[in-house]
Amino acid sequence: MAQATSPPEVLAEKDTQAGRYSSDAAGLGRLRAGAFVAPALALIAAFLVFPALWVLYLGLTNYRLTGIAAAEPQVVGLDNFVKAVSDPAFWNSTWLTVQFVLGSAVIGQVVLGFTIAWLMRDRTGPLKRIVEGLVILAWILPSAVVSFLWVALLDRDGGTLQALLHIPGFAPLLDHPMLSIVIFNTWRGAAFSMMLYGAALGNVPPSHLESARLAGASGWQQLRDVVFPHIRGHILTNLLLISLWTFNDFTPFLLTAGGPDGQTEVLAVHVYKVALLGQELGYGAALSTIILLINLVVAVFYLRLLRSKK
Amino acid sequence: MAAIELRQLTKVYPGGVKALDSLDLVVPDGEFFALLGPSGCGKTTLLRTIAGLETATGGAVVIGERDVTGVQPGGRDIAMVFQDYALFPHMDVTDNIAYPLRIKKVAKGARHEKAREVGARLGLEQLMDRRPGQLSGGQQQRVALARVMATQAQAFLFDEPLSNLDARLRLEARTFLKKLQRELGVTTVFVTHDQAEALAMADRMAVMESGHIRQIGTPAEVFQRPANTFVAGFIGSTPMNLLDATVRGDTLEVAGCKVPVPSSAAGLLRDGESVVYGVRPEYNTYSDRPADGALGGKVVIVENLGASHLVTLEVAGVSVQAVVPEGNEPAVGDDGYASPRRDRALVYRDGELVSA
Repeated sequence: MAQATSPPEVLAEKDTQAGRYSSDAAGLGRLRAGAFVAPALALIAAFLVFPALWVLYLGLTNYRLTGIAAAEPQVVGLDNFVKAVSDPAFWNSTWLTVQFVLGSAVIGQVVLGFTIAWLMRDRTGPLKRIVEGLVILAWILPSAVVSFLWVALLDRDGGTLQALLHIPGFAPLLDHPMLSIVIFNTWRGAAFSMMLYGAALGNVPPSHLESARLAGASGWQQLRDVVFPHIRGHILTNLLLISLWTFNDFTPFLLTAGGPDGQTEVLAVHVYKVALLGQELGYGAALSTIILLINLVVAVFYLRLLRSKK
Repeated sequence: MAAIELRQLTKVYPGGVKALDSLDLVVPDGEFFALLGPSGCGKTTLLRTIAGLETATGGAVVIGERDVTGVQPGGRDIAMVFQDYALFPHMDVTDNIAYPLRIKKVAKGARHEKAREVGARLGLEQLMDRRPGQLSGGQQQRVALARVMATQAQAFLFDEPLSNLDARLRLEARTFLKKLQRELGVTTVFVTHDQAEALAMADRMAVMESGHIRQIGTPAEVFQRPANTFVAGFIGSTPMNLLDATVRGDTLEVAGCKVPVPSSAAGLLRDGESVVYGVRPEYNTYSDRPADGALGGKVVIVENLGASHLVTLEVAGVSVQAVVPEGNEPAVGDDGYASPRRDRALVYRDGELVSA
């Protein structure tokens, strides 16, 4: 009996073909391939890379919206950064932003989004569709619209809540401004987490949950021992995205304009006030650079967690 | 250890699909019981209803003389091996085996001790620190078995425990599982769609079809005396010959040939009545010479089964199969004669076995 193996010549030929394809799969050559990606690269350069570099540069100048410094900005080195770290208003804004991110994103949206996804996981029919529809509606409506609705709800004089409760002097936006924007943003953004966890829960093998149930595991024990280990990656990705989005969110301004008395002046609002209202564009650019660095640190932190202990 | 008893158990899924239709079944203490049937017959639903993973629409599940129909799965004192084993990927083998004990709040030292003891019994000593992802299919199955054993439950439920193993490993695991069950003596119900597996492992078995149990019996009974044509056609690695026949005195007219009435149906048939004559290919004796009471025809197909051949004869337009030992297999086109064994042939009237 002869062994049916391919002759070596054929194998050798295949190898060289594979080698050729691996370096230039489409066979276009360097120049033509470059021409295909050039438009995309040009757009990215014009709208992402250049503005980012421009902000970095502006942060090193005393550029202003009007006046002499607007016409002839001077490079002032790291003065803007020194000014930022020695300004209590900057640290106050940073602290407010941390509260806002932890309260509305890490706790609010994650817990609310996961809870809805968990409660709706086995349901079908109208209840699920209505709940999901409402939650997603809060997410996709334009910021200007929902902000107006919330002001209409919470306003001291003519607000819906006031009309229902009749408590004299009850003014949530003035008395509890941070709590107000935390609740607002939790409501606003829970849809994303809900959808992400909804998809993630669909990937948890039913037999694993059933195995835990047969062992007598309670609802909480099933979450701890089966669900969370399975969706760990989803949780971290979700946290990364909503932390960054919330950190840079400007919508609170539409509700409270940073007030009262700077109590909701998160970093995004702070930059807006400094750069556009205070006209200090250079200083605003420096603050933006700092925000960028904080975002980078947060992202690296989550990505490290994601990679560790696969 | 406990018996499992089902009383008029009914399960209707939302949408009106009746998966179980008023089933009665008793699995005595210590028995190895198989639920066998084609896809969609309700065998897995039955197992899951015993486990409590599905809620019964009607009837009762009694385990060890305790009515557990309304009891949560965790409170039924049973353990289950899933088809995909359901091992937790983030826990090592020890923690997986000890998991049910952890839920029962057994101290860490004690439950790890128990896990090691059970693991050693199943030959897992070297693997106790590995994660399920680092184990082969056969090893994963043994971990799942070890987890079930560590619970010391009253009854075990296996859902297609062998179907994720390759063919050779499946045979080994079959023998292993049967030996283990005998040693432990724990009442065990297992679901399978593989009739060979059920015949090989079970003490008794139930053959199911669309929510009904069609026969309960020992593997020998189910194989030799199928209670109806459904079971007759489902059981056996080569399907039984089921041929239309007419009673003519003490012979049956089958496809133009005359065969004697089988001993099991002797005296129970009316002259001229239409019945179905059943005989397994294994119980047909093949010959190339005409014989009394033989079905004669042309050989159309010869299939190699290894130590024997499955010969298909065409007898007056009807296919009749016979198993022929190696060495004297015919060629296609030959004239052939299949003589059914009178003590093994069966007669079915309206799909049900005719017997005293």
